[in-house]
Amino acid sequence: MKPRVLVLTGYGINCDYETEYAFSMRRVGGTAERVHVNDIIDSRAKGTKLSKYHILAVPGGFSYGDDIGAGKALANKLQNHLRQHLEQFIRDGKLIIGICNGFQVLVKMGLLPAIAGKYGEQHVTLMYNDSNKFEDRWVYLAVNPKSHCIFTKGIDTMYLPVRHGEGKLVAADFGVLAQLHEGGHVALQYVNKEGKLDGYPSNPNGSQDNIAGLCDPTGRIFGLMPHPEAYLFPTNHPRWTREKVPREGMGVAVFRNAVKYVKENL
Amino acid sequence: MDTYRIEVGLKPHLLDAAGEAIRKNIIEDLGIPVSRVRVIRVYTVLGDLKPDQVEKLRAELFTDPIIEVSTLNVPLAEDFSWIIEVGFKPGVTDNVGKTSREAIADILGDGMGTCNVFTSKQYILTGNINRVQAEAVAGGLLANSLIEQWRVADREEFTRGNGISLPLPIAGKREEILVKTFDLDVSDQELIRISRDGILSLSLEEMRTIRDYFHVPATVAARESLGLGDKPTDVELEAIAQTWSEHCKHKIFNALIEYEDETSRRKTITSLFKTFIKRSTDEISERVPWLVSVFHDNAGVIQLNDGWNLVMKVETHNSPSALDPYGGAITGIVGVNRDPFGTGKGCRLIFNVDTFCFAPPDYSKPLPPRLLHPKRIFKGVHRGVRDGANQSGIPDVNGSIVFDERYAGKPLVFCGTGGIMPREIRGEPSHIKTTHPGDFIVMTGGRIGKDGIHGATFSSEELHSESPTSAVQIGDPITQKKMTDFLLEARDLGLYRAITDNGAGGLSSSVGEMARFSGGCQLRLEKAPLKYDGLQPWEILLSEAQERMTLAVDPQKTEKFLDLARRRGVEATILGNFTDTGKFHVLYGEQTVAYIDMKFFHEGVPQMELTAKWLPPQHAEPDFPEPADYNIVLEQMLMRLNICSKESLVRQYDHEVQGMSALKPFIGCENDGPGDAAVLKPLYKSYEGVVVASGICPRYSDIDTYHMTACAIDEAVRNAVCVGGRLGQLAGLDNFCWPDPVQSEKAPDGHYKLAQLVRSNVALYDYCTAYDLPCISGKDSMKNDYMIGGVKISVPPTLLFSILGRIEDVRKAVSMDVKRPGHRVYIVGITKNELGGSEYFAHHGYIGNAVPKVDARLARKTYDALADAIDRKLVASCHDCSDGGLGVALAETAFAGCLGIEADLSVVPCESSLRTDHLLFSESQSRFVVTVSPRKATEFERVMEGVPLAMVGRVTKSPLLLLKKGKEKVISADIFKLKKAWRQPLDW
Repeated sequence: MKPRVLVLTGYGINCDYETEYAFSMRRVGGTAERVHVNDIIDSRAKGTKLSKYHILAVPGGFSYGDDIGAGKALANKLQNHLRQHLEQFIRDGKLIIGICNGFQVLVKMGLLPAIAGKYGEQHVTLMYNDSNKFEDRWVYLAVNPKSHCIFTKGIDTMYLPVRHGEGKLVAADFGVLAQLHEGGHVALQYVNKEGKLDGYPSNPNGSQDNIAGLCDPTGRIFGLMPHPEAYLFPTNHPRWTREKVPREGMGVAVFRNAVKYVKENL
Repeated sequence: MDTYRIEVGLKPHLLDAAGEAIRKNIIEDLGIPVSRVRVIRVYTVLGDLKPDQVEKLRAELFTDPIIEVSTLNVPLAEDFSWIIEVGFKPGVTDNVGKTSREAIADILGDGMGTCNVFTSKQYILTGNINRVQAEAVAGGLLANSLIEQWRVADREEFTRGNGISLPLPIAGKREEILVKTFDLDVSDQELIRISRDGILSLSLEEMRTIRDYFHVPATVAARESLGLGDKPTDVELEAIAQTWSEHCKHKIFNALIEYEDETSRRKTITSLFKTFIKRSTDEISERVPWLVSVFHDNAGVIQLNDGWNLVMKVETHNSPSALDPYGGAITGIVGVNRDPFGTGKGCRLIFNVDTFCFAPPDYSKPLPPRLLHPKRIFKGVHRGVRDGANQSGIPDVNGSIVFDERYAGKPLVFCGTGGIMPREIRGEPSHIKTTHPGDFIVMTGGRIGKDGIHGATFSSEELHSESPTSAVQIGDPITQKKMTDFLLEARDLGLYRAITDNGAGGLSSSVGEMARFSGGCQLRLEKAPLKYDGLQPWEILLSEAQERMTLAVDPQKTEKFLDLARRRGVEATILGNFTDTGKFHVLYGEQTVAYIDMKFFHEGVPQMELTAKWLPPQHAEPDFPEPADYNIVLEQMLMRLNICSKESLVRQYDHEVQGMSALKPFIGCENDGPGDAAVLKPLYKSYEGVVVASGICPRYSDIDTYHMTACAIDEAVRNAVCVGGRLGQLAGLDNFCWPDPVQSEKAPDGHYKLAQLVRSNVALYDYCTAYDLPCISGKDSMKNDYMIGGVKISVPPTLLFSILGRIEDVRKAVSMDVKRPGHRVYIVGITKNELGGSEYFAHHGYIGNAVPKVDARLARKTYDALADAIDRKLVASCHDCSDGGLGVALAETAFAGCLGIEADLSVVPCESSLRTDHLLFSESQSRFVVTVSPRKATEFERVMEGVPLAMVGRVTKSPLLLLKKGKEKVISADIFKLKKAWRQPLDW
């Protein structure tokens, strides 16, 4: 069986093509399809469309131009039109990934981190970078071995670009921040070249505890600010002309993990 | 209808990064001592809503519960010295307001009645400042009076008034539809006045031609049958003025020119465009097989491979950016995106480029009226392009920033876009479009407002005191993104026959152009969707409101097309149909408001007759001693604005969305070296690539625009060759930005400036043909002057030459950073005593006369050999020598790779008797710094045989740039120190 992936498009999402390709690569093994937001919420087909897929990807982009806050308006749209269908999707044990703007959407819908399984309650947010600048910059990432995130299994470190103006992760309070760690929600952290937690620019936005990616309690919902779909080919690496870089882009494993999980479990 | 006001701010303990950035700007740019700035977002909701509904919106939609606090109908601000609220003026696009309204609809669903949202911002200032200072912050930094309104209040006023607010910018009121006629049977003076007062930019001769047309008996008879007299309506006169504008018709490039050189030799040129640009491409087209569609569509099209075409266009948006830098620039980039999108049957957009020309940000001369400070223009333009490209999801991959005081009057904002399309769509060639009689005219995307009226004619004149404010728009990338997503789907389903964009001239231009295929149109303006009431027919026709495309849709496919539009949340409206009547026929309801022969409309403009006289300028020969300390000079050169790093600005552009990036703008060990050109891998399943590069060197125009042009072309080619491009696989795009070259009272040196334009075109022909480099698209902007109250500021004649090329395999691309210690360092090309117009002379306050000249035959040989060497993987790094010459190129090559270079300048191939500083900083063309592994050196030298080059030294592990001349040490500088200096000037 080829796991089916729904890659959301429309309203300013703009990393849909490469995300679709990432899931469809032969070395990943999925079959992905770009589907417009309105084609899932359209009353004629509502929900049924979504249920045909195993993985939902909310790609990066500028949904609604980041107006009212990054990801907020799209989160609002999905929440008001699809809440029950998404809850069913999660109950069915399926996977969701939100990348950059998609991460912002999931956080603002309360699908991440969903501490104690409280889906729909917002526990953290992603706000303006401390630099107050949108920046495109490659960052080193450490995977938290204690996290139960499906998508980062078997990965230790990654080198990926961030491209955002609102990526600073802030928890509601210190209690929530502690729970993020204790509950294994913290899947990815920004580190320096040596693998240590560090300040700007290693931590490009000022995120609390350098958090770059979160998962829900099941590990099946994952959101991250960096772009794994932007490093699928060796030539995406900023220094491939001077360094030995892996033959496979470092982002590929994230998508393969998801597809593999579906093959083995669904 | 009730009004509700929601105010949202960050929780007090959180860092307000936006406020903090503004505080820094206030201190740095205005010198006003504020200690704290915080920002409050205000949403004013006007509609049939109940208080509990709005309370829900406040809490669930507008407030982020983790970090924000908010109030409903109660002021939020407290604890401040001054408060400034800034909101839009009526009619200005409010993107956030629009999104808010859509989001409210998602929440309230069908139960929602009328509802509108207006956004504004409050800035809360703390500090010991007075009212004058607070007003200066508002008018000088936070708001632009052209598009925004504001209010300033201190604590006491704020408390007394229970907060502050602004009048709601509700636009438009119902007005009677009125079509005026113009009496052109008047004196010449009166004709000139009509043109000037109406911002028609028509010359006396053109006004007379129009008058005569309306007296032709056949015209009179045809018009009479439709109830029109022998006087043109405002709709007709405006439409003709727009179609005949310099912006649309390129009258100067098509003029009959009498050119006289310094020896009084005369030459008649019937059209610069046809004689030089088009002719060179025509000739080259016999030698390169990959040209697909050049010059006649909205963008140029070349073939990438058997399956795909590449499309590219570069535009300028100078005048609007002078008045409203942010709005002008975002409209520029979002606007040029529609050009490739409206080419053939439309393409997917895969990259943006942008080059800016500004006066220096530390400009300290008094500013003439209506001009904004160059730093403010710089920041606004940068922000606009950043938001436009980023929000469109198009990587911004290449460009540059040029500084010269003469750009204070008008900044130049070049924006370009590339796209890719399958060579065939549903079995038909993708680059061909047509309209059939009977096809529906469909407009889709945004609605029409008064924005941007007269943009085409306005951009065809200098910036003067009555320059219209309505000509400024604010682009909305998301509305456009929704539209382009929808149209790509529609294209692949074959739902339309032709597409073009609504840019300059609006519907008048888009429908007028498309109607040429079928031979006429019948356009119904009353059906056009409007943003607000109160637009007269001519305004609907001419509006340059953004984010709109016009299509020709087969009536049989209309239903499917409109249904898809509805499902994608995009507005699409039928506005009449294409015909074969030979008439440009426009109606409002039952009334005909324009009825013009297509032939006259498009071809009736009389040819201009101009005179050009060339007299080479003579500048003082520089006279300054050789520097005592070269370390200091090199550092100073690296810190010059035209040379220093632009990283902090460029990093704010997303340069790799879509996942195609193969060579980024930032290169080297610390991802901060200056890449020469961009390489993209546009097809996920292939390693075939695209190279994007550019060249621009307006300083050389002070000496001779012939050589300026040769150098700009050579620089663009050099940059492309550096990364792996090859002549014969590269296409060019020419963008001319000139000061007014038409002799008049306002332009007393018009003959000279036109001669400069002629010389530039001659060079373009000479070098493009020598390089087999066909131009596939271009644009000219001819009135880049400012004139108010006797003060005239004109830009130096500027040519941006852009390159779009094909690369066989991106894995062979080469970057400019040194790679390994022990690699050999070569200088390719001959260094001559060519410092005229150089950065080095400018550093010393001179222009000089010895402008760099390009030896086309030798250059071609060099580029072909280097391309071979790169193809054979013999080259470790390759960097072009341009501004700042060898000295700068060697330093950049070294510090990008975090290694040193030790080199002997005495062996550099050069003309004899060059002073050391001249050798280091001469800007002779066609030169490179190349490093090669010692294992490959012999083969490299063999491949490069016949090309002047020398092995000058080695890459060293110790991070030192050590340049000697024989045994004498010239420079010995720590590369990290050099890099730090180079990064510092624009590290904002």
